Amino acid sequence: MSTDIAESTTRTLIAVDGEEHVEVEKRRGRAPMTPWARVRLILAHISIYVAAALFMLPLVYAFFSALKPNGEMFAMPPSLFGSEIRWSNFAEVFEFGPFWTYIGNSLFTSIAGTLVVIVVSTTAGYAFGRLRWKGRDAVFVLFLATLMVPAEVLVIPMFQVMQWFGWVNTYQSLIFPFAFGAFGTFLMRQFFRGIPYELEEAARVDGAGPVRTFLQIIVPLSKSAIAVLAVFTFLSFWNAYLWPLIVTVDYNTLGTLPVGLASFSGLTGTRWDLQMAASIISMIPTTILVIVLQKHLVKGIAMAGLGGR
Amino acid sequence: MTITNAPKRRSGSLAKVEARQALGFASPALVGLALFTIVPVVLSIVMSFFDWPTFGERTFNGGTNYLRLFEDPNFLPALRNTLVFTVLYVPLSVVLSLALAISLGPRIRGRGALRVLFFIPVVTPMVANVLVWKMLLQPQGLFNGLAQTWFGVELPNFLADKNWAMIMVVIMSVWQGIGYNMLIFSAALEQLPESVMEAARIDGARGFRMTWSIMVPMISPAIFFATIMTMITSLQVFVQPQMLTGGGPGNATQPLVMWIYNQGFKFQDLGLAAAGAWILFALIITVTAIQFKAQKRWVHYEH
Repeated sequence: MSTDIAESTTRTLIAVDGEEHVEVEKRRGRAPMTPWARVRLILAHISIYVAAALFMLPLVYAFFSALKPNGEMFAMPPSLFGSEIRWSNFAEVFEFGPFWTYIGNSLFTSIAGTLVVIVVSTTAGYAFGRLRWKGRDAVFVLFLATLMVPAEVLVIPMFQVMQWFGWVNTYQSLIFPFAFGAFGTFLMRQFFRGIPYELEEAARVDGAGPVRTFLQIIVPLSKSAIAVLAVFTFLSFWNAYLWPLIVTVDYNTLGTLPVGLASFSGLTGTRWDLQMAASIISMIPTTILVIVLQKHLVKGIAMAGLGGR
Repeated sequence: MTITNAPKRRSGSLAKVEARQALGFASPALVGLALFTIVPVVLSIVMSFFDWPTFGERTFNGGTNYLRLFEDPNFLPALRNTLVFTVLYVPLSVVLSLALAISLGPRIRGRGALRVLFFIPVVTPMVANVLVWKMLLQPQGLFNGLAQTWFGVELPNFLADKNWAMIMVVIMSVWQGIGYNMLIFSAALEQLPESVMEAARIDGARGFRMTWSIMVPMISPAIFFATIMTMITSLQVFVQPQMLTGGGPGNATQPLVMWIYNQGFKFQDLGLAAAGAWILFALIITVTAIQFKAQKRWVHYEH
């Protein structure tokens, strides 16, 4: 008797659950799941969450290490928390080195560089994508060919060019040399070509010149592409290391964040607590940027298939 | 008459106006490209044939720099290190990020958040990432600490051991770069036509079969693209070994770009550094060309 009840209850439970499931799946337009498929889905969830946790372990541990007293960084056995939680480490970073200067320099050069890239890429993209002129395609091929040259080949002669200009150890040298690459122009040209010509023709007929058509028709229609270009450009400037390392001499006034972080490592020697705090601080802005813009980033990568790294 | 005349007039004065305007639009890019890409490229070729110290006399020396490369005790090891890094890094990174993208299928809850999570190291400053790993890999760091307290095992000193240092550079690089390819693959997977997937499902394709025989071939253009880009960036690896091991122990993890950097900016021999950079460029072009040749065998494009 009791087994009967138990059996029937489980059956109804399964039925109810199954029905609910079918309904959910129907709403999503999918076939209902077999129990085995559901077990597999649960296992998939568990494994992906474990993988994600392991993946984040270095950053999480770094964060907690940044809160420890320096003497306990490498205590045995290792622990997440030290004997005290020192938020003051984060403040001390700013006293130890010219950390605000590094952040300021990174912000300034990244924003200025991004603005230059956007202006140059959109105007050139317009000329290549929507205006007719002799030799356009040949020049464009030359543009694309330069994409093949790795930055590492360029840094040596670029440093020489900077010496000729008298630009070594200046902001110009941090902003301009790598702001004229063909990538942005290529990206914008591709995007502009997809905009229907009728829109532009209508403006032209109404008497708007190319400058007005560009500013009032083309640019507003391309906001999302420009945003994607802006984010990738900003990130590449923000994280750049090799070129700033080469072209700045006086790190205390012109060092960008990555260069500053690296020199921090040399200066502080054993101050691992401050190094971790500084590293965590340097990660915050870009992490926020990614969280806020994640949908656009996915769209951008799908659209361009790339993104200047 | 008027009909045939109209386009002709267009290619007259109007076209000239448009060409002038186009030049105006394109000139910032053209000037920038000339100054900051064309001039350096030409200069680099010239420099590679000169004794070119950072300061002081420059003298033409023919192809001597290219010969000196192979006499330099660190150049061939650097070339080897770059190749070893690439051979280890590219397959690991591509396969793992593909597996990750496929696992993060539409049925996974919180896949958006998980994607962001795996993408974070891609955008955080590489130097910061490397510093974190450097702390973990210290002899008293987390990895060895846990191994000792949990299993009583003493791990090798990863960054000071000739054999382990390169492996750690690779592992750290995979960790930091995996999110980028994952996002490319995710974008490609999302664009798979539902009709094809449905057809495969009706034909009984499930699980591994579905993944290996349907999804992977269909996104093979994305895999091809990611492989090429990953290979190019890995041939240019610099920051990870520079910060993690300083190229050591000895020169065991010094890659080509670090060698170029050292020749140019530590030893002030810009000519030799430029010659080394051209060898790197030749290597990149060759490897990329081979990949394009080989793509016919495994990349499926829809036509």
